[in-house]
Amino acid sequence: MNTSALILMVTVESIATILTGWFFWKVLTIKPKDDEETENQLNNQP
Amino acid sequence: MAVNNDSWGSRVGLVLAMAGNAVGFGNFLRFPVQAVQNGGGAFIIPYIVSFLLMGIPLLFIEWASGRYGGSLGHHSTPFILNSMDKRKIWRYVGVFGIFSNIAIAAYYCYIESWTISYIYHSVIGTFNSMDQTQVAAFFSDYLDVTTSTTGIPYEGLVIFLLCLALNTYILSKGLTDGVERVAKIGVPLLIVFGLFLAIKGVTLKAGHEGVVNSGTVGLNFLWTPDFTSLSNPKVWLAAAGQIFFTLSVGMGSIQCYASFVKKNQDIALNAMSAGWMNEFVEIVLGSSIIIPIAIGYLGIDKVVELTNLGGLGLGFRTMPFLFEQWGNVLSAIAGVAFFGLLFFAGITSSLAMGTPVLSFLRDEFNWKRKNAALAFGIIVMIMGLPTILFFNQGVFDEYDYWAGTVSLVVFALLESILFSWIFGMKKGWREINIGADIKIPVVYKFIIKFITPFALIIVFMGALVRPVNDDWSLISLRGWQLHNESIIGQLQHMGIGPNNTYFAEDFYAENSGMVDSVYTFKNKSYLIISGQTAKGNDQSKVYSFNPEKHRLKVNFRQKVSVGQTLYTGNIINKVFYLDMARLLLCTLFLSISFMVHFAFKRKNRKEVEK
Repeated sequence: MNTSALILMVTVESIATILTGWFFWKVLTIKPKDDEETENQLNNQP
Repeated sequence: MAVNNDSWGSRVGLVLAMAGNAVGFGNFLRFPVQAVQNGGGAFIIPYIVSFLLMGIPLLFIEWASGRYGGSLGHHSTPFILNSMDKRKIWRYVGVFGIFSNIAIAAYYCYIESWTISYIYHSVIGTFNSMDQTQVAAFFSDYLDVTTSTTGIPYEGLVIFLLCLALNTYILSKGLTDGVERVAKIGVPLLIVFGLFLAIKGVTLKAGHEGVVNSGTVGLNFLWTPDFTSLSNPKVWLAAAGQIFFTLSVGMGSIQCYASFVKKNQDIALNAMSAGWMNEFVEIVLGSSIIIPIAIGYLGIDKVVELTNLGGLGLGFRTMPFLFEQWGNVLSAIAGVAFFGLLFFAGITSSLAMGTPVLSFLRDEFNWKRKNAALAFGIIVMIMGLPTILFFNQGVFDEYDYWAGTVSLVVFALLESILFSWIFGMKKGWREINIGADIKIPVVYKFIIKFITPFALIIVFMGALVRPVNDDWSLISLRGWQLHNESIIGQLQHMGIGPNNTYFAEDFYAENSGMVDSVYTFKNKSYLIISGQTAKGNDQSKVYSFNPEKHRLKVNFRQKVSVGQTLYTGNIINKVFYLDMARLLLCTLFLSISFMVHFAFKRKNRKEVEK
């Protein structure tokens, strides 16, 4: 493979893989919020 | 009275179902073909820009609209949109969110049924002794409903009905026990199958098993950037179109799934997780399977030629032959993996198409889930039969164009205007952020309000007045020649040629050249006219005719020009089937609109009675 193709492929595929993994990991690990927490979050919004 | 009390069993199940909704045939068959045809590696730059500026905002809009409507007890787009603005127009805009799902499911389930058949044929080794022409002919035969490859009469139709029955059954089990369960099995399996094929594809070595080029040659071809293509509007429109279709936005299915998310639960992280999972499957797996394998065995020139047939042609006419080169056992495994991943990609999407229809019938007409699922199956069967019986007359492509392309863009454009300008960005932004587990950059407030609707207008206008040969330099105030596939061109049947009446006694040649061959194969007669375009490209066309009903008017080796009579008899031209398909689609849209009108009247009457 030529260098430019390799750099582009590795960069794009790495970003897609890392972000997919990271977001899915967060989905798996973050506990669901209770109603009170959501209310507080909403009240603190500008 | 039935109450729609469906809900998601788990957050992971929801994200996988949403990802399964987005991941479809296009990830493996359309994306690589689009990339090859639009500058290879440079295509990825407009593709990612489109994802960031159009894809992600549309995901936020649809997830937020869905959850908002769901909190008010609505799970289908006519009612979700109407809850965001009370003007009547929005309930009829919302009809697109039911119409597209039925019309797309009608031909999508048919493709899904091909994958079931191809899994079977891969297992029993049907393709083992076939050359490339025979594998391609096998696909053409399969599309002819009267031909049987297994001994089952009307095989294509029977497998379609089985596939539809499977979809109906799963839908009748509900979200948790049906859709979610399939997504939890299907999406991981799809990724495993994809990884297996991708590893096999990129590790092909020239000289082994008949390989002409190593797998990296295909990757090199796909990823080498051609930055000059970045200045071509065609590439940007193709990238925006690909992002649009790969995410399943503009269909109403995301809103429906999201409407079952509780008011205080996150949608921001869920949307990003499902969206990026789709991108992983498309960019990482989709780019590493058919192009590296096809270039490995057939070479770059042949693959570029084959991409003109589109992804479906490449996937079904070519891949079984390429897998054959790996030996009987591995070819069977590869066939099961490839068509298996397509099957899971397909079924997780077709289930997402059924859910809004079921929700509409259950919410507004109090139907039981099983009855609603059965109704969906029957409507899809009725709409799907013409795509099967008249596939070669272009009905399948007509559905894909109007329901699977134009409707999505129109609906997404209108819903983005509703969300950001009528519902209002202040409320909209608050809605997106309720319960959010990630912080969304504030810049997206600006992007959703200004950039996304503008980008969608550009995509729509680009499709409406697409110039011939995609040459955007032709655009001028004095007008320009339109592409046959532009919306206006399609409406006017611009590409239809000389056979432009419904019924005729003469069938005219649609290309110039010489009668290359006249032959009969499997009870059908064919006439091939070979010629060249002004640019010197090969322009052969195959015409089929029935020797019992038609009288041939040309001879072998005779020179023929466009408009010259090829045969006579009682002829029904393709344009008739195309207009009937449009009529059917319009009837479907109007019928749903009537049901929506009736449902609103019913609802208002009940409220008055209370």
